[in-house]
Amino acid sequence: MDAKQELQVQQKRELDKKEEGTIPVRAFLPTADIYESQDALKVVLEMPGVEKGNVDVRVEDGVLNVEGRLDLTKYQGLQPLYTEYNIGHYSRSFRLSNKINQDKIGAELKEGVLSLTLPKVEEAKPRTIQVN
Amino acid sequence: MITAFADPFDALVNLQRSLEARLASDWLADQTTSQGPFPPINVFQQGSDLLAIIELPGIDKDSLQIQAQENTVRIAGKKTVSYPEGVSVHRRERIFGEFDRTLSLPVQLEPDGIKAEYRDGILALFLPRSERDKPRTIKIS
Repeated sequence: MDAKQELQVQQKRELDKKEEGTIPVRAFLPTADIYESQDALKVVLEMPGVEKGNVDVRVEDGVLNVEGRLDLTKYQGLQPLYTEYNIGHYSRSFRLSNKINQDKIGAELKEGVLSLTLPKVEEAKPRTIQVN
Repeated sequence: MITAFADPFDALVNLQRSLEARLASDWLADQTTSQGPFPPINVFQQGSDLLAIIELPGIDKDSLQIQAQENTVRIAGKKTVSYPEGVSVHRRERIFGEFDRTLSLPVQLEPDGIKAEYRDGILALFLPRSERDKPRTIKIS
């Protein structure tokens, strides 16, 4: 057998909204990787089709909210023949485990991948605990 | 009088419904290739030509290889996800690896006219139909 593992399609997960909108529009959860370094939390989100100006990042009450909106004008005049995925705006929230310096949040969007750097505040940096 | 609301959400709902309606439609049923392999592809009609829109976030453009023949398109490449050293992982959902997918279409293409564009994590393939495949209007004399 081929040793090379085949890449599987990841089904898009739909956003579970707390309240329903009046219009039955669907939004999707961007796939996320989150990792922590000594002084920052890094959040990487995949939002294919989202352009630079259409991303909204907020931290409120320790919750990170990220939204990405699609530009629908590109789909004007197109007649779908065969589809394998649906499209929609992206939205996702995370309750942050660390205190974040909100003024220094860094965001970079490249090829549909949003990378957020959330610097930890001094007091939230880890202390080594000595075992006696 | 009916007032038309220029609500962008309406446009999105309609688009989502039309995409849903063609989900795994039997348009490719007679072909050797099937639905399913990575990356996911949507095929649209644009005039008399085709447009394939493929979601491929975070790919190095140079790693993408696209080959076209009369009625097949092959998309191959590699998706890499790297983590800096010494970090602790909270969540790991993104997938990565090599992919190689062939899509065969029920129409003849004009291989020289195919154009590919990669932007914002979306690969768009403009697939012009070959001239001899296009419908012709026949005049009754």
